[in-house]
Amino acid sequence: MSVITYRQALRDTLRSEMHRDENVLLLGEEIGVFEGSYKITEGLLKEFGERRVRDTPIAEEGFVGAAIGAAMLGLRPVVELMTINFSLIAIDQIINHAAKIYGMFGGQTSVPMVIRTPGGGGQQLGATHSQNIELFYSFIPGLKVLAPSTPAEAAAMLRAAIRDDDPVLFLENLGLYNTKGEVPDEEVVAEIGRAAVTREGTDITLIGYSRMAAVTTRVAERLAEQGISVEVVDLRSLRPLDRETIVESVKRTGCAVIAEDDWLTYGIGAEIAASIQEGAFDYLDAPVRRVAMAEVPMPYAKPLETAAMPSAESITTVIHETLSAVGRRVG
Amino acid sequence: MSDIYMPRLSDTMEEGVISSWLKQVGDKVSSGDVLVEIETDKAVMEYEAYEDGYLVKQAVSEGETVPIGAVIGVIGDSPDAVPEDSGTKAPEAAGEAPAEDAAPAAPAEAPAAPAEEAEPAGDGPRPLSSPLARRLAREYGLDLGQIKGSGPKGRVVRADIEAAAKSRDGQAPAAPAQAAPSAPAQAPAAPQQSFDDGRDSEEVKITNIRKVIARRLTQSKQEVPHFYLRRTIDAEALKALRAQINEQLAPTGVKVSFNDLIVKAVATVLRRHPAVNSSWVDERLLQHNRINVGIAVAVDTGLVVPVVHDTDKLPLSEIAQRSRELAGKARDGKLTPKEMSGGTISVSNLGMLGVDSFSAVINPPEAAILAVGAMKQQAVVRDGEIVARNTIALELSVDHRAVDGAVGAAYLKELAEVLEEPMRIIL
Repeated sequence: MSVITYRQALRDTLRSEMHRDENVLLLGEEIGVFEGSYKITEGLLKEFGERRVRDTPIAEEGFVGAAIGAAMLGLRPVVELMTINFSLIAIDQIINHAAKIYGMFGGQTSVPMVIRTPGGGGQQLGATHSQNIELFYSFIPGLKVLAPSTPAEAAAMLRAAIRDDDPVLFLENLGLYNTKGEVPDEEVVAEIGRAAVTREGTDITLIGYSRMAAVTTRVAERLAEQGISVEVVDLRSLRPLDRETIVESVKRTGCAVIAEDDWLTYGIGAEIAASIQEGAFDYLDAPVRRVAMAEVPMPYAKPLETAAMPSAESITTVIHETLSAVGRRVG
Repeated sequence: MSDIYMPRLSDTMEEGVISSWLKQVGDKVSSGDVLVEIETDKAVMEYEAYEDGYLVKQAVSEGETVPIGAVIGVIGDSPDAVPEDSGTKAPEAAGEAPAEDAAPAAPAEAPAAPAEEAEPAGDGPRPLSSPLARRLAREYGLDLGQIKGSGPKGRVVRADIEAAAKSRDGQAPAAPAQAAPSAPAQAPAAPQQSFDDGRDSEEVKITNIRKVIARRLTQSKQEVPHFYLRRTIDAEALKALRAQINEQLAPTGVKVSFNDLIVKAVATVLRRHPAVNSSWVDERLLQHNRINVGIAVAVDTGLVVPVVHDTDKLPLSEIAQRSRELAGKARDGKLTPKEMSGGTISVSNLGMLGVDSFSAVINPPEAAILAVGAMKQQAVVRDGEIVARNTIALELSVDHRAVDGAVGAAYLKELAEVLEEPMRIIL
């Protein structure tokens, strides 16, 4: 067990998977000589050479397409898209090719590839570089979408993603790269499609994923000091979505708040809320509430950017409101 | 003065019969006293008073049927209190058509109306309540209309129901609030039946996997007409080849087992016998293009059959690695449904347990399963001489609906020949 950053966990996992399976190769902009815009691939070009760590032109559609072809022929490419915003240029390749090939061609070939990409704002990168559009991919049958929130989960899920035979969009987050956590020394391979109750509680279920899973954990810790017992559910996998774990938790607590970094309208939280009312209607003591990004393109100015993003404070307020609606006066 | 309504005593109850009144008009009533016995669609149940007072009216006589929510009686403060005539309030329970002489208000004829809609406050809006509160009210037999809500806009929430139940019962409410998924406060799952038949048995708690094994294998033996083909192979060459391969592979750490060789041979030979790679499903015969060999693995909880997909296309070393990986996952209970589905034939090997030979049960919808016994020295006649040779007994169980005897036998013949000249497995 060692304490390392999320970034380091990703790098170590890429490296060990490349050692384990010579079919694993990396493609992306600036991942080789420059060692990655976020330094995830640091040292890997030196260690594995240009055949397996390929710097690509600034042409997402081209290199995602190339990775799909490579995957169809038996390689296991791991593509880095510098941010999820740039996936928009490759979205036809991802949705109409990677996700469809296995089904449309009768299972003749699977597409065992991973697209690693960070979402998230908070770095003053402006409206076009600060989005959380994982919903676009979570919507598509044929894709898997994973969103780890801790270094240990990042390692276990990246390992699972690389070994999985389907195309996986692996969502990272700019705000998580420097976070630290314990990572087991042995190789853990996550089960894809499972949410986790990361903290047990009895008063309310608080649901998040990626950066928001980390924030919700902090909120729960703080509320525990006020005597409020919050159960935290980390979705971990956006597709497939583990409705069972969510519903079972809400059945225990009777109310739920969802925290998401994307926009509220039509967002991931809407799907979760719908799943809760379908699965736990008779157990709900209050309406399911959502805390999400303000419905604006992300502002550049720091105070506005901070105000637009969901925060521990906004989540705490909504939890207080929900608990007071079920007769718990708090705060 | 308060009305007593026909309660909802089961999830499916729509109306109830007054079986007998245990309190008569004028009787003193204390909260908790049994007032009346009500027959539902499921059982006859006692129904208690929730408050102290005197029964001043029996609105429904014994033997009569009324829908949920109809007034069945009235409790007053004194034995001679005169009940208001209910015309304005809840539907008076006059026989079978409770709403008949009620105000034109609610179309209460439909006796199917669930409790919430037949709420007594016939003229006011239905009280706001959370779904959880409504469910708990049903389970506790509480009338939502009588409970003051503390939530936003007076919404009745769980806390209100629990407080009401507590004040009614004079104690903390029982389990249902926490009860997770299942039904209301059913009697705690019937005590385990004792098997008092002189064998001193104890019931073992069964796992889901055991249920699946029981169901699927019963189905297989009941529905699939099995026939069995047996053949013993000379395994000397196989043994030598395995030793040679493992010597070659030693630096890589991969080890190939006899089972890996057999799995590979099963797949390779199957490619030339497509009729055996089939399934009889719903009166249709499907011939599969992919060859996916399932490998029976014994785990603590039972038996699972992970599948090596496209076995015929994988090199031997990969089959070895893959089956090791799947067996590991099987033992850890980590197999995904995908890793356990899509098999087109299975191999079951009990050789390591010293079994000479056995007849395996087909894993539907596959058409065949190969049972592999232990390798052992046998006296064999070769070129007129009796010699000691290593042999393995194979037995192929086949679904006669999909595959006929001669077809299965041709497959087993070639499989045996390939295993005896095992270079053909890898070439």
